[in-house]
Amino acid sequence: MSVDAETVRRIGRLARIHIDEDQVESYRTELNSILGFVEQLNEVDVEGVEPMTSVMPMSLRRREDKVTDGDQAEKIVANAPLSEDNFFMVPKVVE
Amino acid sequence: MSDLTRLSLAALRDGLKAKEFTSVEATDAYLSAIEAANPKLNPYVAVTSDQARDMARASDEKLQKGKGGPLEGVPLGIKDLFATKGAHTQAASHILDHFLPEYESTITQQLWNHGAVMLGKLNMDEFAMGSSNETSYYGPVVNPWRAENSNKDLVPGGSSGGSAAATSAWLCAAATATDTGGSIRQPAAFTGTVGIKPTYGRCSRWGVVAFASSLDQAGPIARTVEDAAIMLQSMSGFDPKDSTSVDLAVPDFAAAVERGVKGVTIGVPKEYRMDGMPAEIEKLWTQGLEWLKAEGATVRDISLPHTKYALPAYYIVAPAEASSNLARYDGVKYGLRKTGKDITDMYEQTRAAGFGREVKRRVMIGTYVLSAGYYDAYYVRAQKVRTLIKRDFEQAFNDGIDAILTPATPSAAFGIADQDMAADPIKMYLNDVFTVTVNMAGLPGIAVPAGKDTNGLPLGLQLIGKPFDEETLFAAGRVIEKANGGGFEPKVWW
Repeated sequence: MSVDAETVRRIGRLARIHIDEDQVESYRTELNSILGFVEQLNEVDVEGVEPMTSVMPMSLRRREDKVTDGDQAEKIVANAPLSEDNFFMVPKVVE
Repeated sequence: MSDLTRLSLAALRDGLKAKEFTSVEATDAYLSAIEAANPKLNPYVAVTSDQARDMARASDEKLQKGKGGPLEGVPLGIKDLFATKGAHTQAASHILDHFLPEYESTITQQLWNHGAVMLGKLNMDEFAMGSSNETSYYGPVVNPWRAENSNKDLVPGGSSGGSAAATSAWLCAAATATDTGGSIRQPAAFTGTVGIKPTYGRCSRWGVVAFASSLDQAGPIARTVEDAAIMLQSMSGFDPKDSTSVDLAVPDFAAAVERGVKGVTIGVPKEYRMDGMPAEIEKLWTQGLEWLKAEGATVRDISLPHTKYALPAYYIVAPAEASSNLARYDGVKYGLRKTGKDITDMYEQTRAAGFGREVKRRVMIGTYVLSAGYYDAYYVRAQKVRTLIKRDFEQAFNDGIDAILTPATPSAAFGIADQDMAADPIKMYLNDVFTVTVNMAGLPGIAVPAGKDTNGLPLGLQLIGKPFDEETLFAAGRVIEKANGGGFEPKVWW
């Protein structure tokens, strides 16, 4: 499988990365080089093989359903580029 | 006092305990060495001098009273990927500009609880994506090693290039590092240092900036096998805050170092004998096996048939997880923000400006392989191949193999701005061909200096162990270290 210029633009939008028109071609070449490299996985017979979900045999631990954290809104917004009254500020989303 | 920087971590620790010198003296020696070297080698992205001296003074008070933890007063470098409260933590990325964590990573907290002193934050490939430390927003790190009769700048490897260079050049007693596909072991091999990636789940990932969560593991880079064991001891242990942390007792790693390899069976995987492997790498590998045999190990040929598929599977799994993990950098919660005509444009402009080319490339590959219609063909298939890679190792261990010996890298350190690597991302990715299998299977792996190439540059061997059997790696690594003849110290030119 290989990607064309339109696919590069679409992946950029999905990944929320702006791609200048003059970079589309170089991204296309690089992505196709990587996709070409991973193509060799098609040689492997994976019939009946379970996909890995956990590299160490373990089931996810559970914990008691109680509040263990919180009341630190100031710390949470401390690194925000823009905040007001402990809210993150973003450009207007709804008209 | 500058000779304090030349001591091993173990000797420094013992000297501090015996009050032969103080932590403030050791810390000042390191800070002076960093000040002199950093403009040329660039391993530190931030030097926390005031904090280091405060920590050293506190350690000296304890040491004076005959108290203190196992690393009391020992100055360390910390990879920029570890969250350190109130100190530079930017994963060497532009997108995390000015980010100062309100919290401390579990691993660094354990190190401070054990008495260690933080000298500063170490350079790395951006978000740990790279094998040469050239993708850092803070510029490349220069390897303290140079080829004989050459003044050409070489890479220290990556992504933990700052950790490896700083350790090798006596700019810290040891360093924390992380390894997703070889990022501890490859730079250790390129700088003549020792690096161990422990078993997945041994060290907490809490507070370590995530790249590919199912592969990421932290570990140390140190100047000796014993130092690496001491460091790993303090970095390991169960952490309820990391859901993949394993609740297992941590053995006394340092006690295993001199255990020897009598009765140990070492596997030699034929699939690692790649076409076009340089003769000097081949020779080094054979030499390593001879050293282990001489100390009583048995050597046996084994087969790990899915080896060649590890790297392509990695370049699906790792970017897929990265594209998800890096979604959080959106210009809202922390770091860089670029203005846009609406919120989507703000996201897109911020991420375009904040991420470097390699990171963007991997996020895009990850986005593509996870997108509708391609998920099964790429991601699910790669995870199935991963099951087969792990099964190969299990088979070998079930057949009586205790550890596996391989080369650590396909070559010695290469030049900064290497044209071949720049032109073809796959060439750079091939650096991890011997190390990436270990991450895919979650196993422990150690790189130990073993020899030099024809230009006098260090080369490493890798030992791969059973899950949670880092002890055998320290024991076998020490045998190689004792046999290698020494001389893994760079000539000071900086």
